[in-house]
Amino acid sequence: MTDFKCKACGKMLDLDVFLKDLKVCHYCGYHYMLDAKTRIEYLVDEFTFNEITENIKAVDFLNFTDVKPYKDRITESQQKSGISEAIITGCAKIGGYETNLGVMDFMFMGGSMGSVVGEKIKQLADFTISNKFPLILVCASGGARMQEGIISLMQMAKTVSAINRVKENKIPYISVITNPTTGGVSASFATIADIIIAEPEALFCFAGPRVVKQTIKKELPSDFGLSERNLKNGQIDMIVKRKDLKEVITRLLKLFSVGQS
Amino acid sequence: MSEKLKNKNEFDDISDSRQKHNNVNALARIDKPESENHAMESLFNSLEKINRIERFNFLSKLNFKQAKINIASKIKNLRKETRILERVWKIVELSRNENRPKTIDYINDIFSDFVELSGDRLSSDDKSITAGIGKINGKTVAVIGHNKGKDIKERIKYNFGSSNPSGFRKSRRIMELADRFNFPIITFIDTPGANPAIEAEDNGQAGAIAKNIEFMFNLRVPLIVVLIGEGGSGGALALAIGNYIMMLENATYSVISPEGCAAILWKDQTSTKQAASMLKLTAKDLLNLKVIDKIIHEPLGGAQNEPARMIKIVESNLMDALSRFENVSGEELKLERAKKYEILGFYEN
Repeated sequence: MTDFKCKACGKMLDLDVFLKDLKVCHYCGYHYMLDAKTRIEYLVDEFTFNEITENIKAVDFLNFTDVKPYKDRITESQQKSGISEAIITGCAKIGGYETNLGVMDFMFMGGSMGSVVGEKIKQLADFTISNKFPLILVCASGGARMQEGIISLMQMAKTVSAINRVKENKIPYISVITNPTTGGVSASFATIADIIIAEPEALFCFAGPRVVKQTIKKELPSDFGLSERNLKNGQIDMIVKRKDLKEVITRLLKLFSVGQS
Repeated sequence: MSEKLKNKNEFDDISDSRQKHNNVNALARIDKPESENHAMESLFNSLEKINRIERFNFLSKLNFKQAKINIASKIKNLRKETRILERVWKIVELSRNENRPKTIDYINDIFSDFVELSGDRLSSDDKSITAGIGKINGKTVAVIGHNKGKDIKERIKYNFGSSNPSGFRKSRRIMELADRFNFPIITFIDTPGANPAIEAEDNGQAGAIAKNIEFMFNLRVPLIVVLIGEGGSGGALALAIGNYIMMLENATYSVISPEGCAAILWKDQTSTKQAASMLKLTAKDLLNLKVIDKIIHEPLGGAQNEPARMIKIVESNLMDALSRFENVSGEELKLERAKKYEILGFYEN
């Protein structure tokens, strides 16, 4: 069983070709979601990624239980994804250039931002200010983590404050929007970057399509919130295919010429 | 009273209220979250089962005392939980009460010589936010706040306090003006959240909110926030990065509305009250979590009962808050603001 059906176009895909194409459909170009580890593997120079703050872990400080206790959701996500939280941060070389890199993982509780994501980004910002290498954040998130109540909303403020200090230090900050980036993440650090790059057809909006549809009680345009519409509306700098992402980022790093090795 | 007798009384008490429970069942089904109703029902069922078994096995040596005590304490806990749910829900309802004083009322009564300023200088003027400059205690300040409106006509005019990007950009423009002329900024928060609409998204809703947050972190003037009603998520935060944050006793501040949270996590609108209680969105909760600095107490029964008095109370609190920052330098204000937010969070290390 090395063949499967593309969920976007329905054509049969060969797994080997699919992996060679960095998990993009050979026929329709649909970009499948990547877990954080795979994204790092595709993006950085081999063996150059060094993780930081890997020991920061979530706590259920509100004793939040919906149909399932938050504690169980954390443990399940950790087991299922093999990572400790919805973002991995560290430093890495891209095209020979030193960078500080954070990569979100939608598979971990929908990439939701709680205290840990906030703290990891804050510490990555501090790390960035100390080494002066450019900051790159690859976003994938449904928004704030409701199980942390108001504290998750405050992570929007916390991350923006930390990145504001990076920008004050005149260190370039690039955000990469991947499918999907919505809610609290889109309305905080994702959109204050010096350069915003989006993958094709990535959903990037504040209110998701379901909420908007429910509110206005009308059908939405088929490209609602997608990269192509955002580019047309002036909300992002460019759309870059996954196979070209590393090259484009490298070119930008060269232009900013900071951190050249 | 002997131990045995004491227990007996306790159960009498329960079966008594079982009767009441039956009577109000129809009502309870509307009032109480479904899941909780089930829980209460099944506890009473177990109790009944035990009683039945006991009746038919009176010769057996089985002892049901402990089981009954356990159930009794579970019922007691569930009742307590229900009381908490109702208390929180009452606050959610009060925070949305139409007759609470609104931003416009505070502006009219507190600030003299107020001049409203309009427009984002890019596209339009969003009426969901009122902004301008006026005087308090003889000093010029900038005032920005969400409008909700009191009757349906006003509510439609103000889009129910749901702002578009142009509203956030107008706010930012006034903040920039204040920063340049060294006017302290006062914001009144009262919104169900940013407007979820196609045009809002097309005009960069996410970016407008983020840019406002960033801008407030760079202000060198004091920013005083007063949460007067509903503090709905990103739409609230976009005006609320303060040096000092005050919250009315019956206001709420939350990452998502209880209705939205219930729909997403419980996939069930009947769990709305439970969601409200879980989210910890009351002033007391937020003071405990260090998200706000002060609770402003309301007249008995809520601000809507005595609007004029409520406004006076807010006025005196605003004067106190402003005086705190009179001799603080711009740089210090900026650093303190960043520190205040960057320490928020709970995690293991």
